Amino acid sequence: MNFDRISRRRVLQGTAALTLGAALPLRPAAAAETTVGFIYVGSRDDYGYNQAHAAGAAALKGMPGIKVVEEEKVPETDAVEKTMESMINLDGATLLFPTSFGYYNPHMIKVAQKHPKLRFQHCGGLWSEKDPKNAGSYFGYIDEAQHVSGVVAGYMSKSGKLGFVAAKPIPQVLRNINAFTMGAKLANPKVTTQVIFTGDWSMPVKEAEATNSLIDQGVDVVTCHVDGPKTVVENAARRGAMVGGYHVNQAVLAPQAYLSGAEWNWEVLYPRFVKMFTAGETIPNFYRGGLKEEIVKVSPYGPMVSAEARKHADEVKAALIAGSYVIFKGPVADNKGNMVIASGVARGQTDPELEKMNYLVDGVIGATS
Amino acid sequence: MKADVGAPLAPSGLGQLLRLPAYGRKVGGAAEFVVIPALALAASLVLFGIFVALFGKNPLDLYFYMYQGAFGTWFSWQNTLTRAAPLILTALCTALPAQLGMVIIGGEGALLIGALSATGAALALESAPPLFVDLAMAAAGMVGGGLWIMLSGALRHYRGVNETISSLLLVYIALAILNYLVEGPMRDPTSLNKPSTREIGADNMIGSIPGLDVHWGFAFGIIAALLAYVLIYHTVFGFAARVAGGNIRAAKVVGLNVGKLILVICFLAGAAAGLAGMMEVAAVQGRTNANLAAGYGFAGILVAFLARQNPLAVIPVSILLGGIGASGGLLQRRLGLPDASVLVLEGVIFVMVLASDSLYGRFGFLRGKAA
Repeated sequence: MNFDRISRRRVLQGTAALTLGAALPLRPAAAAETTVGFIYVGSRDDYGYNQAHAAGAAALKGMPGIKVVEEEKVPETDAVEKTMESMINLDGATLLFPTSFGYYNPHMIKVAQKHPKLRFQHCGGLWSEKDPKNAGSYFGYIDEAQHVSGVVAGYMSKSGKLGFVAAKPIPQVLRNINAFTMGAKLANPKVTTQVIFTGDWSMPVKEAEATNSLIDQGVDVVTCHVDGPKTVVENAARRGAMVGGYHVNQAVLAPQAYLSGAEWNWEVLYPRFVKMFTAGETIPNFYRGGLKEEIVKVSPYGPMVSAEARKHADEVKAALIAGSYVIFKGPVADNKGNMVIASGVARGQTDPELEKMNYLVDGVIGATS
Repeated sequence: MKADVGAPLAPSGLGQLLRLPAYGRKVGGAAEFVVIPALALAASLVLFGIFVALFGKNPLDLYFYMYQGAFGTWFSWQNTLTRAAPLILTALCTALPAQLGMVIIGGEGALLIGALSATGAALALESAPPLFVDLAMAAAGMVGGGLWIMLSGALRHYRGVNETISSLLLVYIALAILNYLVEGPMRDPTSLNKPSTREIGADNMIGSIPGLDVHWGFAFGIIAALLAYVLIYHTVFGFAARVAGGNIRAAKVVGLNVGKLILVICFLAGAAAGLAGMMEVAAVQGRTNANLAAGYGFAGILVAFLARQNPLAVIPVSILLGGIGASGGLLQRRLGLPDASVLVLEGVIFVMVLASDSLYGRFGFLRGKAA
């Protein structure tokens, strides 16, 4: 091949592009008062993290004057910057929800700086004063729901061995494992949680292996913190173990094995944000909440959950909603024997120390590194 | 996969220059290189249109949105070029060794190691002037990536290990090294929920090409592809590489140092992917973390095969795939197609282009009589 061939090909391509461009005037996106864009890192029917957000987006679709545009499987690279800009330029989106953690910095920050009049709402990031004012981050204290789910698991486990398939030993995940285990210990102080880290957010093969290996070790209740819990739930149910769900309600996947679960409640939060936005109110840049604020919820208990378990779990849930209950209340020891929260210290949900959690509490079998 | 070197009906580059073919025949051959891929592409689009129609969508809408999303507006062009930028460099990681008859599919690993090396260089030189830091990052990224693929070349040459398998397996080793370093020794303790290295600093970021919202990786990709083309088709070294690719025994008989060719070409191939990794750090992410494993290395394999391993053809093919990626979002948003539909289209194009290989030389009217 040499240059004339290439130039010929490119000339032809260019001509074709120009002709098409002249022939097809750009159709503007259908007019709507407000277009809201949602971006997911995985597929929106993953029975997990992304489906939870898609359910929130679906809740907007009935609202008058609101148009929702969605894009799935967008990687955490400059692709997401271009996706946001494409939604802005081609669809006229004015409110964007890039929902994956890795979209925040530098990607969403960069696009938010470029479009100061538009609003960007990120799930999971920690907005700080140095970030643009038109950007915001929101997240839920889902460990509250895990705690309640842990109470149920503690009652239902016959072997006293719980299993937790987790992605990475980062603060958010450790907090869920700890809250779950501390909940289970309310029911049965001798209970243990064996944790297996798979190393990444979506590793179906490793998640299946981890689930099998936990059950082989005598675990009879398995729960998880990975992006798509489908593999874990289905495998555990197939092996005869009970399961706790995560992100969304997975009871449909294992109706006879599903005890309870920790779910996001984005279908309540997103309409709330959109109403604030269309009313011209300022959405707080840093927005957090738990069961009380209806940002997270507990799955309805499965049919096999005992009355005793339901009663205790409901009590804990009610206390969390009332704000009279603190999960991370000293004394709390880690699983190496160190005191991590001293006696008399109560770390409420907004305590920044909890955002830096780097330990597994007593009763968890596993290591953070 | 061998290059089209020496195929009697499709003389390329140097060979063609030496033989000085008749004008008509040259243009005819050239037309073939345009017409056949264009036909393959058109056939793929028709098949994809039928596929989409089966799901109740209007294929004409599909073509319109694909065009609009990829090339229809100035923004769409920039979107396309941004997505093409890393693909040019990672495609060279497969296309260069292909000249020697080697199938290297581990560009992703070289990209990750290149990114890590570049980040390491930037963090070690924090107080140095930005230009110096960027040059050091590029050098470190290219050396890191180069040595990574050279490892596959060396295993092939000295130990007879299949380079396809070894380069693929080295991707997983590279990913494990990256995860270990990012979550361990190189971790920024303030990166709580997304383990990352420290940032290289805003001053050291290289930003966009002036007037375009496309980062410099695109320009460097084009330069690298041009250099690779000159190297392969217009230098003695490239000629030697193609001879060795055509028949390794013959190359040894005429006294070519095949081992040196393998190591050097593999180094250059890895350096291209390593540079892609450096660009992702210096122009996009600003640090190294698991986001870098976005599959650019694997997409590069597809580009290289579609470009029939020609370094120049890599450029338009990267732009084409960048355009498909850019339009994929619009297809999801306007037509409600799942993301996987773009993969279907890429797969169809891949199969059609490979199948169209058998058409070269069958169109007599394109040769001799044409023009």
